[in-house]
Amino acid sequence: MSIKDRVIKIIAEQAVLEVEDVTADSKLDDLGIDSLGLVESIFAIEEEFDISVPFNANDPSESDFDISSVASIISGIETLVKAQT
Amino acid sequence: MKRVVITGAGTINALGHDVPSTLEAMREGRCGISELEFRDVERLSIRIGGQVKGYEPEGRFNRQQLALFDRFTQFTLVAAREAIAQSGLTFSGELAARAGVVLGNSGGGMTTLDDNYRSVYEDGKNRVHPFVVPKLMNNAAASHVSMEFNLKGPSFTVSTACASSNHAMAQAFQMVHGGISPVMISGGSESMLCFGGVKAWEGLRVMSKDACRPFSANRNGMVQGEGAGIFVFEEYEHARKRGAEILAEVAGFAMSSDASDIVMPSKQGAARAIRGAMQDARINPDEVGYINAHGTGTAANDKTESAAVADVFGAHADKLMLSSTKSMHGHLIGGTGAVELLACIMALRDGVIAPTIGYEEPDPECALDVVPNVAREAHVDVALSNAFAFGGLNAVLALKRVE
Repeated sequence: MSIKDRVIKIIAEQAVLEVEDVTADSKLDDLGIDSLGLVESIFAIEEEFDISVPFNANDPSESDFDISSVASIISGIETLVKAQT
Repeated sequence: MKRVVITGAGTINALGHDVPSTLEAMREGRCGISELEFRDVERLSIRIGGQVKGYEPEGRFNRQQLALFDRFTQFTLVAAREAIAQSGLTFSGELAARAGVVLGNSGGGMTTLDDNYRSVYEDGKNRVHPFVVPKLMNNAAASHVSMEFNLKGPSFTVSTACASSNHAMAQAFQMVHGGISPVMISGGSESMLCFGGVKAWEGLRVMSKDACRPFSANRNGMVQGEGAGIFVFEEYEHARKRGAEILAEVAGFAMSSDASDIVMPSKQGAARAIRGAMQDARINPDEVGYINAHGTGTAANDKTESAAVADVFGAHADKLMLSSTKSMHGHLIGGTGAVELLACIMALRDGVIAPTIGYEEPDPECALDVVPNVAREAHVDVALSNAFAFGGLNAVLALKRVE
């Protein structure tokens, strides 16, 4: 499974949606993921890829990690996974 | 109903090991937050805290006591000794039978848990010290205070996360106010600064890696602290008859529950508690000169708290001062309201308002006078102390200056 599919699977599970209902353009808000859901998703992503995601709930916009859409999350994870290998 | 006054105060926290040194640090706007020092700290991403440094328990407790007292109990006793000594009270006979101790605490003996989990899980040991349970239980501190000072009245521990101390002090206030006892010992303590304690908080991603900057636009989270604050609450006539020094009057309180979210604060819930405390104390909003804010330095709390204060006070919100001393001593969780009550006493008795340090950039969503960075002299007749906990449980105390 690609990084993209794995991230979407995690987000879909968090949002209690089918994988098909989560697209790269989806915003977390629209998927019904709140602040706790976001923190939980990031935790699940860290566990899945064995990486550390630089995210602080106090200033999501200024974190080094862009959570504005599913696509931006995927691209952030791809960068982090690449940096790790 | 009986008037309730404070006749003794004690503390140990990152700013000082007693009340005078703590108040001096608050006046000077000193920061007690520093690099954490404990085992495995290098495995944490959050490595700062308001840790009590230079503390030597051996000088204060004997070997048997040290085997039985977790750090949060030790802090409580250190603060209780100072508070009760200042009050000049000794407990015997009728007074001992009625006087009790109600304390706030959230984590219990977290250091004891951490050490013993490590020993059985990581080191593979199959035997733990026999005192683990009596050491880590949340009520251990209250029990040891009752034993050391012979307090035989109503005694228990209140646990409402970051509002624990305020809820506890509200209970103690009610007992003196309602005539159950002429004296109650109250306050709270916390000691979560150990690997497991900080690791758990790290997971929530609300902690700052560099500083606690409440109400500042560039704030980026809370910083944990540790320590204790203990007070002697006494019925006014009882105190006056024996010529006790009165530090301030506890005039009322209110509690509320947001009934909405386990971590996100609510403006309405906070506002109801603030408004309720003033009603209970029969105080007009325009009499309030100072509010010790909950002011955690998180994005969510500080804007919600500012909005609640603006709603409750209207135009007067621009005239009152509101500061968060968590910027200096960190967030003591279950003990935080107790240490912060000291800032209210300093405002009322000494006419000095503790600052919000680390304040760098105004935030339009927190547009109040937060007494940035430097303490201020001001005459204050009424002060409030806010505490808004995870779980949406709020408690606000109202204090008055006593001539």
